Amino acid sequence: MTAPSFLTTQGLGVTLAGRAVLKDVSLSLASGHLAALVGPNGAGKTTLLRAVAGLVPSNGAVQVGGDALSSLPLRERARRCAYLAQGHIVHWPLPARDIVALGRYPHGATDPARLTPRDSEAVLRAMQVADVVAFGDRRVTELSGGERSRVALARVLAVEAPVILADEPTSSLDPRHQIDVMRSLRMAADKGTLVIVVTHDLGLAARFADSVLVLSDGRLVSQGAPAEALSEQVMADVFRVSAYRAEYQRETVIVPWAEI
Amino acid sequence: MTAQNVMATADVTAGRRAGVIGALVVLVALLALVSLGIGPVRLSPLTVIDALFGGGSDVQQVITREIRLPRTILGCAIGAILGLSGAALQGLLRNPLASPSLFGAPQSATFGAVLVIALGLADVRSYALPVAAIAAAFVSVFVLLAIAGRNAGLLILILAGLAISSLAGAATALVMNLSNNPFVVLEIAFWLLGSLEDRSFRHVVLALPFIVAGAIILFNQRNAFRALSLGEETAQSLGVNVDRLRLLVIAGVALGVGGAVAVSGTIGFIGLVAPHLMRPLIGHDPARLLVPSALTGAALLLAADIAVRIIPSTSDIKVGVLTSIIGVPFFLYLIMRERRALAGGVA
Repeated sequence: MTAPSFLTTQGLGVTLAGRAVLKDVSLSLASGHLAALVGPNGAGKTTLLRAVAGLVPSNGAVQVGGDALSSLPLRERARRCAYLAQGHIVHWPLPARDIVALGRYPHGATDPARLTPRDSEAVLRAMQVADVVAFGDRRVTELSGGERSRVALARVLAVEAPVILADEPTSSLDPRHQIDVMRSLRMAADKGTLVIVVTHDLGLAARFADSVLVLSDGRLVSQGAPAEALSEQVMADVFRVSAYRAEYQRETVIVPWAEI
Repeated sequence: MTAQNVMATADVTAGRRAGVIGALVVLVALLALVSLGIGPVRLSPLTVIDALFGGGSDVQQVITREIRLPRTILGCAIGAILGLSGAALQGLLRNPLASPSLFGAPQSATFGAVLVIALGLADVRSYALPVAAIAAAFVSVFVLLAIAGRNAGLLILILAGLAISSLAGAATALVMNLSNNPFVVLEIAFWLLGSLEDRSFRHVVLALPFIVAGAIILFNQRNAFRALSLGEETAQSLGVNVDRLRLLVIAGVALGVGGAVAVSGTIGFIGLVAPHLMRPLIGHDPARLLVPSALTGAALLLAADIAVRIIPSTSDIKVGVLTSIIGVPFFLYLIMRERRALAGGVA
């Protein structure tokens, strides 16, 4: 990688309930880069994302923007790493706009009714990119799964953080919405954000990501451009499947095909 | 589409909220006037206002300012802190069935207070009483949240709450059982029923500082409750210190409820009912529900305390009994409404 890295981890490990879930993960990622984090169920993808976001106690070092994550106050961490959790839980039927506005919470805009002009512009920009302006007034509970995931995405974009960590943002979405979400994240990366996306969809990973990180049993076993990181060997060893591989419109196509 | 347009509808709902709050303030003020006017000697609201500001006869002044004003102030403050505590706990746990009385906080506070009296450590008018009540309430809510853990479902919270309030009730019964002083047993009975009768300014001074401190702590967490709507993990990723928030809410609820129980005894279900009455009018935003729930709590308790003075009966009905008799059916109705979530065991 030629660009200076914005996010690095050195020997990152996480132990949950006595089990080493993440072991010795060292990463170095630059701004404007979209990395797809893949691996079988239970490989530690979510844990890695949470460790990078500082949501789970870890050993080893995480540096974001030149500072050790552990040295940063919570608010500052939140401004540097926007985190999109799995499932897009919303416990109360709040209007979609208020959910998106929560993205400004780390910037001190804790009340969606009292946003500074700068904050409301960030909220509006995020809502436009995620295409949720039309239903900003509707309660999230009244939205379809696809609409809700776009609201969740808008909330993360509204943080305008230099790092976006998205945990399976495309799960349970139809193909159109999956592409929508990935394209929005791709756009964020093209504007200089470092994006890490956890996904089970190797096709989407290969299609949209600059690089793919493959986790297996808590270890980072492969990383690089999609075609290399997801080589036949890796597909066989880690995922235990064979894959159809091709190139379409100058992008790598990988379709998992059969068990090995 | 501009930022102004997107935010325009937010202003409409803000206006509506202000209207609801204004109406509630007027309602509480009216109920306070009625509360000051009701009793063995009935006074008109105008006479009450006159007497409050030093007019009217000496007797009228004594009745309103010294006999009834403490009761009205306590009704207001205790109702408000109960409503606020309910709304805060519901916000913290993202759970519409959370409330101090379902979690055993007032019952535990009662035990704390009763223990102090039975051991002869303090009389009913010393600060040892609210301090013991607050400590017991703190322990009970802390234990409940520790048992429930993070992201607890409805069922766990309610079962743990039931266990804690049963334990506190049993402990209180044990103290009564072991106490061979009939006066002590009588005093304990006073806590069990919950009442605002015959309270003096001494009681107001005893409870109010704690209630105000609890209210300030809870109110200051309002925006964190909104962030918590997205779950604890996301709230933390937005910069909310969730562990600290939990402790602060437990402390706020314990201060408020403990302080209230020390002078009024157990008054249940206002914390459960108040936020529910407000959701259809204010919406579900947990931050916006705090003030309206507090005002509704004040109105509910003032109204209940007026009702016990109007309802004809051979002996006094205690206000705590009345709020429970109204509150429990409401709780059953909520259980029915949340039946699906309860059956699934998840919130």
